[in-house]
Amino acid sequence: MALLDVKDLRTHFKTDDGIVKAVDGVSFTVEKGQTLGIVGESGCGKSVTNLTIMGLNPKRTAIISGEAIFKGEDLLSMPSKRLRDIRGNDIAMIFQDPMTSLNPVHSIGKQLVEAIMLHRDVTKKQARARALELLKAVGIPRAERRIDDYPHQFSGGMRQRVMIAMALINDPDLLIADEPTTALDVTTQAQILALMKRLQQEFDSAIIMITHDLGVVAETADDVIVMYAAQVVERGSVHEIFNSPHHPYTWGLLGSLPRLDDDPEHRLVQIPGQPPSLLRPPQGCRFHPRCPYVMEICRTTQPELEEIPGEPGHLQRCHLDEDTKRREVEKLLSGTMAEAS
Amino acid sequence: MLRYLIRRLLWAAVLFVAVTMVTYVIFFITPADPARLVAGRGATDADVARAAEFLGLNDPVPVQYLRFLKRLVIDQSLGFSFATRQDVNEIVGRAAPVTASLVFGGAVAWMLVSLPVGILSALRPRSLLDRAAMVFVLIGVSAHPVWIGLIFAYFFGYKWGDITHLPITGYADFINPATAEGGPLEWFRHMILPWATFALLFSALYVRMIRANVMETMNEDYVRTARAKGAPESRVLRSHVLRNAMLPVVTILGMDIGLALGGAIFTETVYSLPGLGNMALRSIENLDLPVTQGIVVFATLAVIVFNLLVDILYAAIDPRIRLS
Repeated sequence: MALLDVKDLRTHFKTDDGIVKAVDGVSFTVEKGQTLGIVGESGCGKSVTNLTIMGLNPKRTAIISGEAIFKGEDLLSMPSKRLRDIRGNDIAMIFQDPMTSLNPVHSIGKQLVEAIMLHRDVTKKQARARALELLKAVGIPRAERRIDDYPHQFSGGMRQRVMIAMALINDPDLLIADEPTTALDVTTQAQILALMKRLQQEFDSAIIMITHDLGVVAETADDVIVMYAAQVVERGSVHEIFNSPHHPYTWGLLGSLPRLDDDPEHRLVQIPGQPPSLLRPPQGCRFHPRCPYVMEICRTTQPELEEIPGEPGHLQRCHLDEDTKRREVEKLLSGTMAEAS
Repeated sequence: MLRYLIRRLLWAAVLFVAVTMVTYVIFFITPADPARLVAGRGATDADVARAAEFLGLNDPVPVQYLRFLKRLVIDQSLGFSFATRQDVNEIVGRAAPVTASLVFGGAVAWMLVSLPVGILSALRPRSLLDRAAMVFVLIGVSAHPVWIGLIFAYFFGYKWGDITHLPITGYADFINPATAEGGPLEWFRHMILPWATFALLFSALYVRMIRANVMETMNEDYVRTARAKGAPESRVLRSHVLRNAMLPVVTILGMDIGLALGGAIFTETVYSLPGLGNMALRSIENLDLPVTQGIVVFATLAVIVFNLLVDILYAAIDPRIRLS
């Protein structure tokens, strides 16, 4: 049985302009100890998906349906008291911006101790010892002295380490990392990713890695889902996504990735246009206004997310025929795909 | 910290000189003759001249100002009233507790109202309570304190006076009452309506401010972090939202109290409270410069002291201030 099984998740927000369908029928599973990468542009619903699983959406405006079965219990329908017990204990979260994710008026020690004491029946002294242990594990130098410092006394990378320490402090089964490296500079990003990989093995946690950076996915994920306009457009193993991508949007993402072995004259491919409004998503395939391979059927009929023949577990949502796809993928992977314009 | 304090105190001295000097200048460009007022209605020109000489009004303005400063610094004396020859220290000393009673009691009252109302309407925006609070805010900020004072006095003091038994005028000393009416209970009874009047405007402003601050803080990332840790809402609110949301409120509260200690003229006038505002009004009418100046000195000091207190308090609750 999967650790987390999300089925047909929908999160809609009531706004003054109408209903925004931020997540529209998303399904995926996370296996114990594995890493699932969720990729997509800003606003495609990848963060909302996970905030919904954690029950952290604004209650007043969100309409939620579907299931998120975690260790046999549905997170979406359980009482909020039970969900609170799970949050920070069985499922922990790391957020994008370490500069604003820690409370500026409490010392980091106090915030770590709080995370323990909310779930464990331990004394303050024991909690503090555990906090110190975690700060050392995430590589905070002179942790004994720094535990009483305040967030503003740490750099961005160090703050993200503190956030990771806080997330792992109760030894969670699942860690949701929402763009954990986006706000950091490149060398710090690499350190944080390496740290997360090391700790994942140590703590044996599953990770949902939300990112718009395919590089991060390639480095960390076992399975990948690609989201576009509140839906999953492709799902497969990291090997399948990088070596046999099946959706034109995935091609666009891969094509926009700079490669070291590229001809310096070769221009990166960009996906033209903007992601659609989730208030009024396009008819038919949601990607069709930006798709260079658009056909008549794409404008009228939404393709289903279907398994690719001969590739079990690899799903895609596109009308394009297999032969064309194989041809285009070959071109893409050899780096000569025509600029989509 | 010490250097910071010294710098603050030097600035306070500069501010103090500037404010008192401006009072002098304004006083002397007013087209009125305090000597004539002091000498009385039937006084001859010779009497007026003698009065002017006696009060030192013939000296150049800078000399008079320096004399005021010298007396203040060396004798710690604010001088004597032109009109009554009373010691100004004594006048201010008698009026200040009245104003302080009004301001501090009023501040307690307006915080008691605005904290729960502001927080609850931030937690339940667009609810019935929130909408009712916004109507209250609108009334509070629109209505003039004199009007509110008169309405309160009419209804609670007169119309329903048989039930409430609330006095609508005068002041009762808290300790060492000068008259038969005095002591803590009388003091409290006399202050209820002035407090309510004085607090209404401020509580309206503070409800709006607290509501906005709490709502803003609720959207902060660290509040989401606290929820993601599994903290119950009550703890999120207490430990993560309120402490941050109250930072600006503390600043404004300190500044408002400092400012109001200079005299709450409208409320004191409506309820005939012999506070600084009332005294200031009367001394200006009488062209009684030493009294006006004495109240200005006190008010300036109050503002300076409270701003300093705010800074110290702010550093105590916000670690980001402490070290920079």
